[in-house]
Amino acid sequence: MKFVDEFREPEVIRRTAEEIRRLADPNRHYRIMEVCGGHTHAIYRFGLKDLLPSNIDLIHGPGCPVCVLPMGRIDDGLSIAEQPNVIFAAFGDMMRVPGTRGSPLEHQARGMDVRIVYSPSDALKMAQANPDKHVMFFAIGFETTAPSTALTLMRAKAQDIHNFSVFCNHVTIIPAIRAILDSPDMRLDAFIGPGHVSTVIGCRPYEWIAKSENKPVAVSGFEPLDILQSIVMVLRQLRANEAKIENQYKRVVPWEGNHAALRAMADVFELRPYFEWRGLGFISQSALRIRDGYAEWDAEQRFEVPGVRVTDPKAAQCGEVLKGVLKPHQCRLFGNECTPENPIGALMVSSEGSCAAYFNYEHRKTAMVTRIASVA
Amino acid sequence: MCLAIPGQVVELFPNQPTTALIDVVGVRRKVDLGLLQDDMPVKGDWVLIHVGFAMSKISEEDAVDQMRTLRMLGESEAAMQEVEGYGLENLESSEDLAS
Repeated sequence: MKFVDEFREPEVIRRTAEEIRRLADPNRHYRIMEVCGGHTHAIYRFGLKDLLPSNIDLIHGPGCPVCVLPMGRIDDGLSIAEQPNVIFAAFGDMMRVPGTRGSPLEHQARGMDVRIVYSPSDALKMAQANPDKHVMFFAIGFETTAPSTALTLMRAKAQDIHNFSVFCNHVTIIPAIRAILDSPDMRLDAFIGPGHVSTVIGCRPYEWIAKSENKPVAVSGFEPLDILQSIVMVLRQLRANEAKIENQYKRVVPWEGNHAALRAMADVFELRPYFEWRGLGFISQSALRIRDGYAEWDAEQRFEVPGVRVTDPKAAQCGEVLKGVLKPHQCRLFGNECTPENPIGALMVSSEGSCAAYFNYEHRKTAMVTRIASVA
Repeated sequence: MCLAIPGQVVELFPNQPTTALIDVVGVRRKVDLGLLQDDMPVKGDWVLIHVGFAMSKISEEDAVDQMRTLRMLGESEAAMQEVEGYGLENLESSEDLAS
């Protein structure tokens, strides 16, 4: 419990943790999924599990865009960048994600022009600054990020910039939640809804989870108190046998979402009939592709893409971890072959991936305790 | 990926209506306001920034909270690195973008 004193309002945190203990029925086991990778990171970072009774299990969801991207898509993006005069531009998170023949960083070491950008609009500026090259932006992300890519494509078209394209890997969160709920080996009681995705899509898209699946949802902020309050919200509902959508993150998330962002997405993107997710397989209408009106800026239409499906290394159990069937440390490779320094699966790469979060905060802590114990 | 960085609008540009100069703990960069076109911020407003785009308006109090959350998450350095990276300042041909 040492962490509690480091929180901003330790007394409120303590009271909220007590409230959780009071609300949780000791004869029941609760499985609550936090959908967003940012929440997963926060939960491990703050050691929030230590504040919860042992019959509340937090299951880490699919909301880490780097983690759910199948390896074949990384290979496809890199194969485009192997063509002459192409610059591969991507967010820093992508740089260490392994493809079949190495990560973008390893390709850079072998001579590929790979560059980090912090914004899709900077990839567009890079195209303007390099008129004799083609800049391909490797776009990833949920609805938080997709509107920014959409606006960038609108700007490319409006400004007649033709040496720029987007390799679109944007995915949508609702179909992934549906796939998890449809999965026969999953049993969940409630959801902690993603914070920043919801600033764009609002809270309405979750209503079916309450209405059809009878499961509570609390859209949550990222502070320790936010997450604990969201757990209180869903426990109260479960206790009262209710299921509704609550917005714990009202200070940032409007119920209706951001209409300008949704319009930009609708103008530029359409749903793909299906898309492969690492660990979850093919999910229908779960990803975005670029509309024909923007075909010239669509890397998949502009370049030859191998489109080869690559299976994950057999020993890695990313799929089971992603679905919450296995805990990170229960994977055969965890902490041995697969570490944040030398990741085999994408869940170990991103700080939002549950394996990296578990390794950095739980595994190192446990390893330290074991080491100290063995010395003593 | 889920980083949302709080910043204050310090300057708007009449000839670039979807751009604002934003201050994030002393670092100033141009940020795109296109996603807030239904409710444009004015000078002095606080916004949350994600990948170079302002995605929502927030109160000053929430901005302070958000910065503290990033610090607690151990992500304030990554956030500042991201903000400093906006605008490709290190590319010679885009020096004017930083001005």
